[in-house]
Amino acid sequence: MVDRRTFSKPDRFDRRRWLAACAAALVATRSAQAAPGDAGGPLTRPIPSSGEALPVVGLGTWITFNVGNDAAARASSAEVVRAFFASGGRLIDSSPMYGSSQPTIGHALAQLKHPASLFSAEKVWVGDVASGAAQIEASRAFWGVPRFDLMQVHNLLAWQEHLPRLQEMKAAGRLRYVGITTSEGRRHAELERVMRTQRIDFVQVSYNLLDREIEQRLLPLAQERGIAVIVNRPFREGALLAALQRHRLPGWAAEMGCDGWAQVALKFVVSHPAVTCAIPATSQVAHLRQNMGAARGRMPDAGLRERIAAEVAAL
Amino acid sequence: MSEWWTYRPSDFLMFAPRTYWRLFELHNQAWWPAPWLLLPAGLFGLGWLVRRPGPALRAGACALAVAWAVVGWCFVRERYAQVHWVMAWGAWAFVAQAVVLAGLASRPDLQATTAPAVRRGGLLLCGWALLLQPLLVLPFGRPWTQAEVFGLAPDPTVIATLGLLLWASDESTFTRALLNAAWLLALVWCAVSAATLWTMGSAQGWVPFMAGAAAAGLRWKARQAP
Repeated sequence: MVDRRTFSKPDRFDRRRWLAACAAALVATRSAQAAPGDAGGPLTRPIPSSGEALPVVGLGTWITFNVGNDAAARASSAEVVRAFFASGGRLIDSSPMYGSSQPTIGHALAQLKHPASLFSAEKVWVGDVASGAAQIEASRAFWGVPRFDLMQVHNLLAWQEHLPRLQEMKAAGRLRYVGITTSEGRRHAELERVMRTQRIDFVQVSYNLLDREIEQRLLPLAQERGIAVIVNRPFREGALLAALQRHRLPGWAAEMGCDGWAQVALKFVVSHPAVTCAIPATSQVAHLRQNMGAARGRMPDAGLRERIAAEVAAL
Repeated sequence: MSEWWTYRPSDFLMFAPRTYWRLFELHNQAWWPAPWLLLPAGLFGLGWLVRRPGPALRAGACALAVAWAVVGWCFVRERYAQVHWVMAWGAWAFVAQAVVLAGLASRPDLQATTAPAVRRGGLLLCGWALLLQPLLVLPFGRPWTQAEVFGLAPDPTVIATLGLLLWASDESTFTRALLNAAWLLALVWCAVSAATLWTMGSAQGWVPFMAGAAAAGLRWKARQAP
């Protein structure tokens, strides 16, 4: 049973959150069309609940960082993380479900002496809520961080039990943000219900040039409720890019400063005003730099976004 | 796990193909020069099976018990489970198979089949596991260091076991139960391995699939014979 003291009633007017949402929407609208950050770093978006700025491209670790005890692969992953921070990145996302990705991240962070700019995003993934605290602590030990910035309920698993616990942890200062995730279009109706009824800072969903369902309800709802949006599967785990690579880059790509389809795909995602951060995963430094390049330069406006989506869908 | 019907096999593949094949490379390095020692040992066992099937069958079951235990603990648990948490249970299945095979090795009524076609099938599977499975790196463009070796890697160990099990027949209910358990565990692994390789996009998935299908087909045919 969810503790109703820890969240707002549906549609209850909350002036602070409304003002934060307005400010976030204003900043997001302006930054969607501007070309900021070229000199000073990547484009950032504010987290609506706090105003904290996050670069619009982060780093996912599903599959790519799950390398087991392979010392050489761990070293390569550390170089990817090094390049990530050097490019101005902040948010790294992982989960206990991702095999050995967490120890790999911890190894990389230790090599880099734990950059202060890190925004750590993790997940709790256990049906038994009593084990959640232990799992979170195990994750924290793998990362080697004093606390996580963001803790998300992975794939809505036992969210009714986990969310109140996470809110308690947040109130106690043991984490800074609370979120919930889904992927591949699953359980969007339930996610929408959570977004409407629970006080959460983040939601993580799948979104890309072909999977645009969330534009209808979830993204507008996130803007309305002042919830930051993390986007997973911006490349459909590589399948989207593999299909696009066969086609020549259209002329408008160069206008946006894109040197490849990966940057086109990412700019499409992060140019939506409701999106806070996309988390493409990669094991290669060159690809990492390409991905981070999508956070710079001109972003497509609404008209160009539709044109891009239409042309890609037609390919 | 709600909406289970929306999940595809690829949703459960949490590692990249290069990570999977690196497991064998690191394992072979760690056990060097065992890959070169296990091949002649396996060929010797095969020759013994042809000349003196009775004692060779029991000795072979005993040797395979050790192989399953080593593969299960040192590869499946220590390496594979690091990138695929489901394999933590898979390791225990390998240990269970080791116990079953050790039990078979102790059975006085474990005999060699006299059916020539079944014997030939068994020899072919054992020969494949020993000699040809490691060579799969060639057509699939992988380095020699990633060769899957009998006694160290799951697939050739399982395929060799299927070959040996084809030679085995039984007299008692208990021995038959052990044989059935050994068959089941080996065939389940063939299915799991095939599914994993196919999900990785590798046509090599056909190898454990065909090995398991061929072995099961031969066994079924042998049991139908008067």
